[in-house]
Amino acid sequence: MDQLSDQLIIGLSVGATYALIALGYTMVYGVLKLINFAHGEVYMVGAVCGYYLSTWMNEAGAPLWVSLLVTFAGAMILCAMLGFTIEFCCYRPLRKSPRLVALITAIGVSLLLQNVFLIGNVFGPTPRTYPIAITQSLSGYLDILGLGVSVLLMAVMTFVVYCTRTGMALRAVSFRVDTASLMGINSNRIITYTFMFGSALAAVAGVLDGIRYKVYPLMGLLFGIKAFVAAVLGGIGSIPGALLGGLLIGLIETFIKSQEYIPTQYADAVVFVILILILLIKPTGLLGKVAPEKV
Amino acid sequence: MRIGCALMLLAVMGLAGCKDRDASQSYVKDGKILIGEYASLTGGTADFGKSSHEGLMLAVKEINAAGGVKLGGGRMPIHIITEDDKSDQTEAINAVQKLISRDKVVAIIGEVASSRSMAGAQVCQKEKIPMLSPASTNPDVTKTGDYIFRICFTDAFQGPVLATFAQKQEWKRVAVITDIAQDYSKGLSGAFKQKFYADGGEIVAEENYKTDDPDFRAQLLKLKAANPDAVFLPGYYTEVGLILKQAREMDFDVPFFGGDGWDSSATLALPENIIKDCYFANHYSADDQREHVQAFVKKYEAEYNRTPDAMAILGYDAGRVMADAIERAGKVDPKAICNALTDTDNFPGASGFITMDKDRNAHKPLVIVAVENGKSVTKDTIEP
Repeated sequence: MDQLSDQLIIGLSVGATYALIALGYTMVYGVLKLINFAHGEVYMVGAVCGYYLSTWMNEAGAPLWVSLLVTFAGAMILCAMLGFTIEFCCYRPLRKSPRLVALITAIGVSLLLQNVFLIGNVFGPTPRTYPIAITQSLSGYLDILGLGVSVLLMAVMTFVVYCTRTGMALRAVSFRVDTASLMGINSNRIITYTFMFGSALAAVAGVLDGIRYKVYPLMGLLFGIKAFVAAVLGGIGSIPGALLGGLLIGLIETFIKSQEYIPTQYADAVVFVILILILLIKPTGLLGKVAPEKV
Repeated sequence: MRIGCALMLLAVMGLAGCKDRDASQSYVKDGKILIGEYASLTGGTADFGKSSHEGLMLAVKEINAAGGVKLGGGRMPIHIITEDDKSDQTEAINAVQKLISRDKVVAIIGEVASSRSMAGAQVCQKEKIPMLSPASTNPDVTKTGDYIFRICFTDAFQGPVLATFAQKQEWKRVAVITDIAQDYSKGLSGAFKQKFYADGGEIVAEENYKTDDPDFRAQLLKLKAANPDAVFLPGYYTEVGLILKQAREMDFDVPFFGGDGWDSSATLALPENIIKDCYFANHYSADDQREHVQAFVKKYEAEYNRTPDAMAILGYDAGRVMADAIERAGKVDPKAICNALTDTDNFPGASGFITMDKDRNAHKPLVIVAVENGKSVTKDTIEP
C-alpha cells in the first residue's frame, strides 16, 4: 500500500498543474463564454520566460531566492501582459461577433504562439532545461509546492469571487455583459483582469513544469488540451470544479500508468474518452450547474 | 472554349512536370560533387544531428583542403547539402525526398536515429541513391535494400553485449523500461531481453513510455516495487536524463544502464548524484588512447572547441568512407558508388576499421562507459 500512497502523491502533483491551467480556462469561459484555446500556449510562454529569466539570474550569479523570485514573478508579469494583449487585440474586437468566430481566433492565436516560439531566434524546437542550481534546489519540494499553490489560489479566487465587490462584478459580467455595464460595472476592465489573472496562473504552472521537466515550444499543446478536459470534467465556469477536475485527471492518468491491465501508452487516450463520456452523460461537468450562477 | 483553355493549361502543367523529372542527372554542380545529409539539427535529439553534422563537415573540410576526391586524373571537391529533419520522422522523409529530387545529390549520409533512418532508407532505396548511416543500430535499417549501408555496429551485437555485461555485474534480476515510439529502443530492448533470458537472467518488471513524455514517475514506482538489481533503459538521451532525475528523486538508486542512445553532451553534464552508478554502451569514448582516436579528438577540439562524442566521430568516418567509395568508384554515379561502398574493406576509420559485411553493416568494437566528472570513462571494451 506504500506504493499506492506514492502514486497518489504523483497523481495529485500532476493534477495540481492541470488545475492551475483549468482555472484559467474556467474563469475566461465564465466571463466570456469563450474557450480560450490559446491558454495552453500561455503556459508554454510562462515556462520559456521563466527559463530565460532563471538563466540570466544564474549567469549574473544571483542568490537562489532572488533567482526564484525573479523567475516566478517575472514569468507571471510577462504572461499577464501576454494575456492582456491577446484579449485586447484578438477577442475584444470580436465581442459582438458569433462565438464561433472568437473560438477559431483562439485556435489561431494558439498556432501563432507555437510557431513564433519554434523560430530559432525566439526559442527553437530543441528542448532545454532550467539551470541545474534551480532544479536541484527545488527537487523534493515541487510536488508539495504545486499542490499547495493550486489549492491556495483556488481558495483565494473563491473568496474573491464570492466575498468581494470585484467578485460580485465578475459574477455580474458572467451573467450578462451589457447589463453589467448598465449597472455601472466596467465590464472591459473585469474581463481584462480575468485574462491577466488566468495567464499569471498558467505562468506559475509553466515555470513549475519547466523546472520539473523541460521546456519546448510544443509543451502547451497536449497539456493545454488535457487541462481543458479537466475544466470540462469539473464543470466549466466553476472554480472549485477546475481544481476538482484537474486533480481527478491527474489521478486518473497516474492510475492508468500504474496498473497492469491497460498499457501505459493509453493513458492519454483514456483522458479524451473521459471528455467524450462527460459530454454525453453530464455536459455541465461534475460541479457545474445549468443555472446562470457561474464562476 | 473554357474547357479547351482548361485542358491546354493542364497539358502545359503536365509537360512542365515531365521536364522536371528527367532533367540532367549530373550530381555535380559548379565542379563539386553533391552529397546530401539529413540530420536532426533541432528537436528532441538535436545533439545527435549537431554532432554527426560537425563530424561530417570536419571530414569534408579535410578532404576539400587536399583538393577533393581523386577522380580521373584530377580532384573534385565535395559539397554537402544539409537538411534538418527536426527529430521528426515525416520531416526526415521530406528531407530525403527534397535532397534527391530537387538537389540531385549522388549519395546521402544519415541518419542517426533508427526510426528516421528506416524512413529515409525507403526513399533512397526506391530512388536508387546510396544511403550511408553513421550511427543507426537497428538491424532493419540495412535490410531495406542493397543501397543502404551503415558504418557502425547493430543492435544484434549491442543487445547481447549489454546482456552479458549485466551478467558480469551480477545483476540477475533486471527491470526494463522501453520507449515504444522509437524503433531503436524497441529493437535494442528485444535483443537485450532475448540474450538475458538465454543466460538465465530474470526480467522482473517491464514498463513503457513514449518519446516527449515528461513524467515517468508512475512507471518508475512500479519498477522500484519489483526490486530489481538494475534497470535497463535503451532510450534517447532527453528522456534518459529526465528518467534518471525522477528515479533518483524517489530514492530509486539501483544502477541504470542503456545503449548508445544515451550519448550526448547533455548526459555527460548530468549532476554527479544522478549519473553515478549508470553505464551505457557506445561506439567510442574520448579517453580511448589509441592514436587514430586521439588524432581525431585533437582535430575536432581545435575546430569546434569541445570534446567530440560518438556521433561526431561516426559522422566524420561516414564522410571519409563516402569519399573513399567515390574514389574507388571512379565516377560520380549512384550505382557505381553503391558498388564501391559494398566493397569497403578495412577502411581505417577514426572509430576503427570499417568493413562492409554481406548485410552492409560494419563490425566494430563496443565500449561500455560510465560518466565521471563530466567525462566519459571506458569501463570495458568488447570486440565484435
